[in-house]
Amino acid sequence: MTFLSTATLVARKDLLVEARSREVIYTSLLFAISCMLVFAFGLVKEGRVIADAAGAILWITIAFAGTLALSRIFDRERQNETLRALLLAPTPRAAIYVGKFAGVLGLLLLVEGIVVPLVVLMFDAQLFRHTGWMLGLLLAGSAGYAAVGTLFAAMLARSRSRGALLPVLLYPITVPVIIGGVRGTAALLQPEADLVLARAWLMMLIAFDAVFITLSLWTFEPAMTE
Amino acid sequence: MRRLFPVLLVLCMALFAYAPFLILNAPYESTMGLVQKIFYFHVSTAITMFVSAFTCGIASAIFLFGRRPAADRVGFAAAELTVLLGLVVLISGPLWARKAWGLWWQWDARLTSTLVMWLVFQAYLLLRRFGGPGSEKLAAAVGLFGAALVPFVYWSVNMWRTVHPTTNVVPTLDASMRGPFLWCVAAFLCLYVLLLAARTELEKRRARLDELYLALED
Amino acid sequence: MDFTSLTFSNVSRHFGRRRALSSVSFAVHAGQVVALLGANGSGKSTLLSIAATLLEASSGEVRYGEVTARGGGASLRRAIGVLGHDLYVYPELSAAQNLRFFGHLYGLDKVEHRVAAALAAAALADRADDPVSTYSRGMRQRLALERALLHEPRLLLLDEPFTGLDDPSSLALRGRLAHLRERGGIVLLTTHELEAIEALVDAAYVLVRGRVQPLINGVGSLRERYRRQVEA
Repeated sequence: MTFLSTATLVARKDLLVEARSREVIYTSLLFAISCMLVFAFGLVKEGRVIADAAGAILWITIAFAGTLALSRIFDRERQNETLRALLLAPTPRAAIYVGKFAGVLGLLLLVEGIVVPLVVLMFDAQLFRHTGWMLGLLLAGSAGYAAVGTLFAAMLARSRSRGALLPVLLYPITVPVIIGGVRGTAALLQPEADLVLARAWLMMLIAFDAVFITLSLWTFEPAMTE
Repeated sequence: MRRLFPVLLVLCMALFAYAPFLILNAPYESTMGLVQKIFYFHVSTAITMFVSAFTCGIASAIFLFGRRPAADRVGFAAAELTVLLGLVVLISGPLWARKAWGLWWQWDARLTSTLVMWLVFQAYLLLRRFGGPGSEKLAAAVGLFGAALVPFVYWSVNMWRTVHPTTNVVPTLDASMRGPFLWCVAAFLCLYVLLLAARTELEKRRARLDELYLALED
Repeated sequence: MDFTSLTFSNVSRHFGRRRALSSVSFAVHAGQVVALLGANGSGKSTLLSIAATLLEASSGEVRYGEVTARGGGASLRRAIGVLGHDLYVYPELSAAQNLRFFGHLYGLDKVEHRVAAALAAAALADRADDPVSTYSRGMRQRLALERALLHEPRLLLLDEPFTGLDDPSSLALRGRLAHLRERGGIVLLTTHELEAIEALVDAAYVLVRGRVQPLINGVGSLRERYRRQVEA
């Protein structure tokens, strides 16, 4: 059993479970839409969204819905202590992490697949004038968020008061992702898109991903043994 | 450390005792006036706070990968001191900002970075307090991530917004101000080493006490 | 990786100031079924978790043959099967999907063949494609046992395996365990159903507040001896 096939197996299992219940996708989507609604009351003035707010609405919605999805996905692994069954498997534990990470990222991207068009429609944001850059920001940002989120949600799975602790841990640590996503999107949304700036933010996000995925891979094994 | 402690303590006291005189005699900055004097302590604590964050990160990594309980105690002590020093920075900063910018709080690069790091290490402490048994490993991961986060937060917040006097203040500092400034940095670093040692020692004794309780039970 | 004994030497585990296990020493050898008896909270689950490599001892060491948990790593885990109190199966998936997933995760050959055999052994062949959430407790318990046995582990750890089983299933489980013993398996189980394992166990240990002692010899059934020892 190679590292990669173990990871694929775990990720496929997560998506299969989700395909059966569709719980995470429905709840996070509805939650995302509720978030956008709440933001609209604060950030829409005289029927139009205030300047630069669309990017913020998009990324904060993703972060909030992501937290919800993460806690649900790991609650599921706790229900019958299947997380322990995964840790008992004769595979490198880092492979389990990669599998869970891929599953979380897949679900997050699925949610974004609906949230992003909704932001375009509801807040009149021209997100797809530079489709390649926008997709790059979304992918790099979501990967960084999912990498850190998966590690902490997995570690918190056996801890008390995890529901409250996950956001408290996750938001400060993913601040660079939020800033990078929001400012990068804002750079693309300017009347004359600032591609140099967008590029700088995208590079920062990719560097963040590289550093934090590596750190998570190292940390997962020692942190998961009690 | 035990023998070094009193020596450092005396040194630290001497450094802090003389610091006000140095600051008083440093040139009076014309635009900012008296408030500028906060700079000597404010920047020194900020530097010490980042030293503390990295100390916590390194100690956490040693604990996670080397499984040394002693490293965990150092990491815990460093995290607590990071939060404490962060609080000093976050209070002394606005005192200066009120005068300089006319606002208590500015979403400026360095203030925001400090706030983010402060929150990360608060999360570390929160986790240890409320995470239940086994949370020290989790907390160690937070400490390690927190230290790795510093350059990212710094860069991204900097890109986002800068109102704060930039880093090149320090090298271009008037020679007559640089002396007192470095003096204060030395004083705070010395104080930091002392506090870290004392806090680690306390934690060591607490672990020993736990062991004794367990032995009593047997 | 293979081994023929499991040895606990002076194993202690504490959570903060609460001692869960205190200087536990005992050994189990290939071809033995050993029972751990004790009240709830006496440390049975902690002991099983340590044997499963999920938990580290605070002091002392556990050896699988000559190897420790940290030295054995993934290949040691290949030789251990665990039936936990929480069953370790995904309720959203069907029995066949659960078994197939774990079969592939353990890197087994002839997965489909093994899955079919396991479904037959659990008497679940006709419900194989229904989600596990629709099963009764007994059916889930049987599935969980087959999941734990799928990779033919040398060491089998069972936490209350008789919970929720009806008489025929309980009988079948005892048959499985006897068969494993004949084939040189090492079986360590906790249970409150002392009558069920009366004829099966080679040795029994009693855990009282984290300390382990062998069950006293003498006349009477397991339960009578256990009562006498705990009340003493």
